[in-house]
Parts: sequence; C-alpha cells; structure tokens
Amino acid sequence: MSADTHKKPRKFVQDRDAVAWKGRYEPYDLAKEFLVALIVVIILVTGLAVLFGSPDDKPVTVRSWSTADAVDFAQTAATELDGTSGTATYGPPYNLNGTAQSIGPISPGKWLGVHHPIDTAQDFVLGPLSTLPDNPQVQAALSEYQSATATQQQAWTAAYEKAVANATFTNGKLVVPKGDYGPVAALIAEETSMARSGALDGALLASRQFYGTDYTKPLLFIADGQYLANLADNQHLSGDQWGMMNETGQWPGQAWLWLYTLWYQVPPANTSANGDIQVFAIMIGLTILLALVPFIPGLRSIPRWTRLYRLIWREHYREVERGGGARAAAAPSG
Amino acid sequence: MTIADPKAPRPDQADLDKAADRPEDADQWTAKLRTAAVEALPPQRLLPDRQPAYVASWIYVFGVTTVAALGVVIATGFVLAIFGPNWWHVSSTGLFVNSLHLWSVEVFMFAMVVHLWGKFFMAAWRGKRKATWISGVVVFLVSVGAAFTGYLSQQNFDSQWISTQAKDGINSTGAGAIFNVTNFGQMIMWHIVLLPLCVVALVGLHVLMVRLRGVVTPFAAKNETPGGEPAATTAAEVQA
Repeated sequence: MSADTHKKPRKFVQDRDAVAWKGRYEPYDLAKEFLVALIVVIILVTGLAVLFGSPDDKPVTVRSWSTADAVDFAQTAATELDGTSGTATYGPPYNLNGTAQSIGPISPGKWLGVHHPIDTAQDFVLGPLSTLPDNPQVQAALSEYQSATATQQQAWTAAYEKAVANATFTNGKLVVPKGDYGPVAALIAEETSMARSGALDGALLASRQFYGTDYTKPLLFIADGQYLANLADNQHLSGDQWGMMNETGQWPGQAWLWLYTLWYQVPPANTSANGDIQVFAIMIGLTILLALVPFIPGLRSIPRWTRLYRLIWREHYREVERGGGARAAAAPSG
Repeated sequence: MTIADPKAPRPDQADLDKAADRPEDADQWTAKLRTAAVEALPPQRLLPDRQPAYVASWIYVFGVTTVAALGVVIATGFVLAIFGPNWWHVSSTGLFVNSLHLWSVEVFMFAMVVHLWGKFFMAAWRGKRKATWISGVVVFLVSVGAAFTGYLSQQNFDSQWISTQAKDGINSTGAGAIFNVTNFGQMIMWHIVLLPLCVVALVGLHVLMVRLRGVVTPFAAKNETPGGEPAATTAAEVQA
C-alpha cells in the first residue's frame, strides 16, 4: 500500500493556491501584442533619445586634475607618499593597512584578503618618478628618500604634508612654505610637473602588457583627491545626495537603486564605519524576502489585504458580482 | 537507374517528420527530451491564441513591454558593440545610438518594475507559480547588474564617479576580490557578454514558465467560495 493512499487532501490556502479556470476564454493575439509593444517602445525610445539625448561628461584625468587644482594634487600625492591617503589606509582588497568592514565576526573582505595589491608610495609616486629619463635631480631625490630610514622618511613627509596645506601654485610652480622636508619637496614638485604634462596618466597605467584596460590605479589616485569629489558634489552625485543612483545633469540614472541608496541616508549606515556592509546586509535580506514572498505567511497575504487586485481584475469581478459567475461559464476552449 | 527528383522530399526526412515517437527509440535521451518538452509545452500552450476572460487589464501589457524593450536594448547594444567603446564619444551618430541604448534601458527597467509590482498585487505566485515568481526576481537582480556594469563601462565622468563610489560597497562584501569595478576591461566584458547572456536566458526561462502554468486566476470574489467555484477540496484540484 503506498503512502499516497493515506495522504490528506491539502487545505486550500488563498494566498498560495489557485483553482483552474473554468470560465470563458477570449481571443488574445500574443504575437500582435508583442509587435505593437515593440513598435511603441521603439517610438518612445527614439522620442526620448531625440528630446533628451544622453550625458557624456569628459572623464577627469590626472593631467586635468593637476592642471585645474595643482595644490589639491600635490596634497594628495603627499598623502600617497606617506601612506595616509584613502587608498593607502584602505585595507583589502588593495593592502593590509586598513580594516575591512564587518558586522560582528563577519568580514568577507578580510577573509578574501588582498587581490589588487597597491602600495601607494611606490605605485603612485616613487615608481612613476623613477621612469623619468635624464633627470639627475629627480634620481638624486629618489635615491636620498629611498636610502633614508623609515623614521626619517616619516618626519620629512609629515612636515611636508602639514606645509603643503598652505601651498600655492604660482608661475607654473608649486610654492610650499620653507621647512625641512628633505627630498620630499622636490619629489612632489616633480610629480606635479609630471602630472601636468600628462606623463603620469600613462605611467599609472603602465603594466606588463602593451594593451591596458585596468584603470584601478589612476582611478583610486584621482578619487583620493578632493577635486573629483567637488565636481561630483556640484553634479548632485555625492553619497548624501543619493549619488550612486544619479547621473550628471538631469538624466534619470539608475533610479531602480533608490532603496539601496536610501539606506546610506539614514542611521546606522550614514554614520558607521561599516556602513557599506550594513547596507549590503539589509539589501541582501530584503532581496531574499522578495524572492521568498510566496512562502512567507503574512507577507504573501499583502496582495489580498490591499485589494489592489480588485482594480486589476475589475472587469472580472464586475461580471462575477453581476451574477454571471464567470468561472462557471463555458468550458475552456483553448 | 533513375535520377531522383531533387525537389521531392527525401524519404528519410519525410519519414522523420511524420514519426512522432518510434517505440524502438523510446529509451533514447533525445526522444525522451522531445516527448517531455512537447508534453510540457505543446504548441497551443507555448503560443496560445486565447486567454482566460480575466486577462483584460493594462497591467498585462508591461510583461510584453519589458520583453520588447529588452529587444531594443540588445539591438542598440549590438550596434554600439560593432563600432567599439570609443565610437559614441566621438560620433554624433554614435551618441544617438548610445541615447537609444540608455532610454531603452530606462523603459526596460520601468516596465519590469511595474510588471513585478503588478504581479505582486495579483499574488501571481499562486497555483504552483512560485518558481516563476522567483525567476522574475532573479531577472530583475541580474538586470540591475547588467545596467550597473553599463554605467561603469561608459568611460566618462559618470563611470569614474560611480566606480569609485561603488567599490566600497562591493569590497565590503568581499566580491571586490574578483569583481573589480574600477577595471574597465572586466566591467565591459560583464556588460556586453556575461550579464546580457544571463538576462536573455533567464527572461526566456521566465516566459516559458509563464506559458507552462498560464496566467494566474483572480482571487475568489465575495459571492464565491475562497477556492473559486466550486471550492477546491482535493489535492488534485488544488494542484491543478
């Protein structure tokens, strides 16, 4: 005797089950509907494209940044050299100088470790400067800096970083108040000149292969400065301006990210050092809830409680309430 | 020896066309697959020309609009791919095609979101349609990823800003170890190869699932029993 013989009929649950339709079937031309929808979408999209176009603001280059705001560039370069910039202190996946975000003991970034190693002093400053040919002054400054003790290097860079806050850019030269910076002043001044010439853009991209498509280093360097953030702020793109979902200008951007961006506007994510992982945890949880709505009592009853379905199927209910009993009508014909 | 009429159907082919299921091939995997596919989705169910009378609302238009918009997204993406990633920055025609691509994505996402919420308020998962609902949610998620990598592949200020902001979120999950949003080459490959393939495959699967189960029936009205008319009381009826 099989177990099925004793299986009780499953109770009908309105929010889980549906009965087979026993009512009328009407002609419905799916192919025609698709073609009409396609034509309407093409007309709509063409109209929107003609009326509004699409944004294409030029990217910031190290050259354009250092030309527009040489002092900000020099200040950033100094923080890359002394290891205090955002990238230098980031942690995984770039280095181990910072703490990966976590929720309690959960820290996936830490578990996966460094995958795109970046040593900002070497990769952003010393390495590119060492590629400058026939420049004895730079080579001497590099040699002096690299042969100094870590304590000495730190003393020079700390003093320089403080002074460069009051720097000016006059007559094509970076002018920093006088002080004991060792070779650091020469290194940063040369790095600024290199950046303004455009050579640093190429040097940051230089890799083993001829064709490069990985812009991680120049992007992180540029993002460490204030210049990019100021431009973004003017374009309503900052984090506290719901920036991730916006685009430059008045284009709609990724409006569908509104819920993700919302969590960055409210506590705890807008004040916590672990804000990003908190937002992701919330969104992963909500996404799982959305996917599993059909299984969750209460949540799956919301459609029935809100009764919006009455609006969607208003013709059907009108017919049923007129006493027609749509379900009881003719047997399905298709 | 006679010369065969080249226009006449080859006997073996005609024979194949007529043969639905040969008993001697019943154990063959291909035959089993064909039988199962045709049983699950006979042509009349795959492309029905009639729908239940309750399928009469504007909300039903948004599903097909989503598929139509996806077609425009793919077509405009094809044109952009033919000329390469720099083209639209230097050509007014390219910029226009990029605009078509952008707005078709906006229409696609808008139609999909309306479709999703429409289906939510219809509780469209009822009657063994849970997998269809879940596949729809997955399509939405993958589409968000496809659009996101598009924004990262634009090679302009927007992609610079979005990538340098988004990296913190992605890195916090550990995904940054393999999914580097500041690597243009990686992002454009995800945008034009991996994710579109996933979106198209998942949309295809979702549509087949919809055709398999048909359109969900309305909730019972006041003058009906909760299970409809008449109330379903057996497992067989409930599962129907």
